[in-house]
Amino acid sequence: MSILIDDNTVAICQGFTGSQATMHCEQAIDYGTNIVGGVTPGKSGEKHLDRPVYGSVKDAVNATRANTSIIFVPARFCKNSINEALDAGIKLIIIITEGIPTIDMLGLKTKADNLGAMIIGPNCPGIITPGSCKLGIMPADIHMKGRVGIVSRSGTLTYEAVDQTTEIGLGQSSCVGIGGDPIPGSSFIDILRLFESDSETEGIVMVGEIGGTAEEEAAEYIKKNISKPVVAYIAGVSAPSGKRMGHAGAIISGGKGTALEKYLALEDAGVVTVKSPALIGKTILDLLSS
Amino acid sequence: MNLHEHQAKSLFRSYDLPTSNFFVADKYEKAKDLAKKLNVSKWVVKAQVHAGGRGKAGGVKVTDSLDEVESFAKKWLGKNLITYQTDKNGQPVSSILIEECTEIISELYLGVVIDRSSKSIVVMASPEGGVNIEEVAEKNPEKIFKASIKIDQEPSREDAIKLSKGLNLDNNQTDQFIEIFKNLAKLFIEKDLSLVEINPLVIDNKKNLKCLDGKISVDSNALFRQEEMLLLRDITQEEPRELKASEWDLNYVSLDGEIGCMVNGAGLAMGTMDIIKLSGGFPANFLDVGGGVNEKSVAEAFKIILSDDNVKAILINIFGGIVKCDVVAEGIISAVKEVGVDIPIVVRLKGNNADIAQKILTESNLNIVFESDLSNAAKKVVELSI
Repeated sequence: MSILIDDNTVAICQGFTGSQATMHCEQAIDYGTNIVGGVTPGKSGEKHLDRPVYGSVKDAVNATRANTSIIFVPARFCKNSINEALDAGIKLIIIITEGIPTIDMLGLKTKADNLGAMIIGPNCPGIITPGSCKLGIMPADIHMKGRVGIVSRSGTLTYEAVDQTTEIGLGQSSCVGIGGDPIPGSSFIDILRLFESDSETEGIVMVGEIGGTAEEEAAEYIKKNISKPVVAYIAGVSAPSGKRMGHAGAIISGGKGTALEKYLALEDAGVVTVKSPALIGKTILDLLSS
Repeated sequence: MNLHEHQAKSLFRSYDLPTSNFFVADKYEKAKDLAKKLNVSKWVVKAQVHAGGRGKAGGVKVTDSLDEVESFAKKWLGKNLITYQTDKNGQPVSSILIEECTEIISELYLGVVIDRSSKSIVVMASPEGGVNIEEVAEKNPEKIFKASIKIDQEPSREDAIKLSKGLNLDNNQTDQFIEIFKNLAKLFIEKDLSLVEINPLVIDNKKNLKCLDGKISVDSNALFRQEEMLLLRDITQEEPRELKASEWDLNYVSLDGEIGCMVNGAGLAMGTMDIIKLSGGFPANFLDVGGGVNEKSVAEAFKIILSDDNVKAILINIFGGIVKCDVVAEGIISAVKEVGVDIPIVVRLKGNNADIAQKILTESNLNIVFESDLSNAAKKVVELSI
């Protein structure tokens, strides 16, 4: 088992013929991911990466029975693309694109919830189930099939956690980047719930950062619902107040959303925290060995 | 992206939110005439900067003298205003708001934010206006009243009435508030705002509601479809290095430490700052070069770091995923060729083409220390910065 994506995933890519999408879909296909085609309006009927290009998600779903979509469409067109995927009945939508207006995500999140669909991202590295399926922009070769589930608001910090858990011999069950935007499609809680019920996941690494209260809410959830060991790192202890640190959602505003508050909440929930991102691998190993 | 008070108030007016009459002076010679045109005998003059705390810093004045209106404008235009929210240099004042003075009966608070937890737009109102709302939330949370707005529905009249009760408004003011609530919601959604604060919203001596101050932030992600808002950007209010970085699509935030950082990815960039601090040093900046970097933008990033005189050593931390480490290496070398560098550089490269990058940098004969372990790299750069 794993979470969200596996050998049964049938995926399409929206914005398929763009340069980033092409590069990452090619790598995903090499990895063994079942990408059955893509969507680029106006290029219907063409072939790309040996796969059919459709003019709409509806056409792609009718032809391929795809259940998952990965989106690389530029931010200004993304709202339409996500709506199209939801309307076509796609149940898992992974949005790599950065820069989607927050107000658009409010509406899309509500719509996805009503349709029983799950959005991962936006502004995220995607999902990988090592050895099976990769839908994202992460470097494949640092991953190893294994025992740790990783969920993170940051792409490169996910790679750090992956690299450390691989080098230390634990490997990963699945890794999910939920993205750095203020209104993500899925929260830590959504992913923690899946890891808890996944038989392959023995321990969980959670990487948060300053801004918002998603980590505090996750801490509440962990306290009541998670039996597996959790290690957490929160980026931005040294970040100043009122400054946006790269990610749209990474900002301490009105004194709220500090790393310290998040650490306290997580520690109170029994989560083992690390103050240095270099200690993630070693700490989860210690927990799983004891 | 933040707006000036006068820009916020102009937007308020175009959405029929009540404000005082005002003019904006960008030259002190104009101040007197503009004040006269208001046809009143008492004025409030306010320095326009992107920072709170202007009153305490001397950037706001109430006066019944036209000469004082002029002398205030003369005093501040072209100068920097330093408040508790600015850095030690303050923010440049390039315009002055001249407004008719309002006689205040009471001060209220009205704000709109995107609430990340409930994933909705939330309007907050409090009878405790004119003070820091975070303090009210801390000490008297029962005095903050909230209502949420759905982006696809008309704002509810019932919600407006509920808030007006919390504000202790009379019938006439409640009618005014219902309009304010409705128009404010419309403004927030139509202009893709991320924050509006009207602090204070006042009841004036004629018992009418009026927006006496205005703070607006626009969602930067939405600027592609908010061209009118984009025109309101005032780059003089932005930190020069941050402004320069934004021109190259680099995420840079200036800090006051001595270790320059160049990292890919926002999370790892924060993580790198954290680990420098854990090792006893202080980061001079946050810098995420992003996934789309090329040799040229890396070179610009490096020059921006070096333009900060406080920087005593540099830590470069790249985890190559989409980013190829050798591209970063070439960028560093071209920047060094252009501007020269005489401070130590510690480099930690992982992932995509890290070995090629290391070879390129080794052969460059620059003063570079390689460390593949992140903790050791941070320790090393702190050591070298002393």
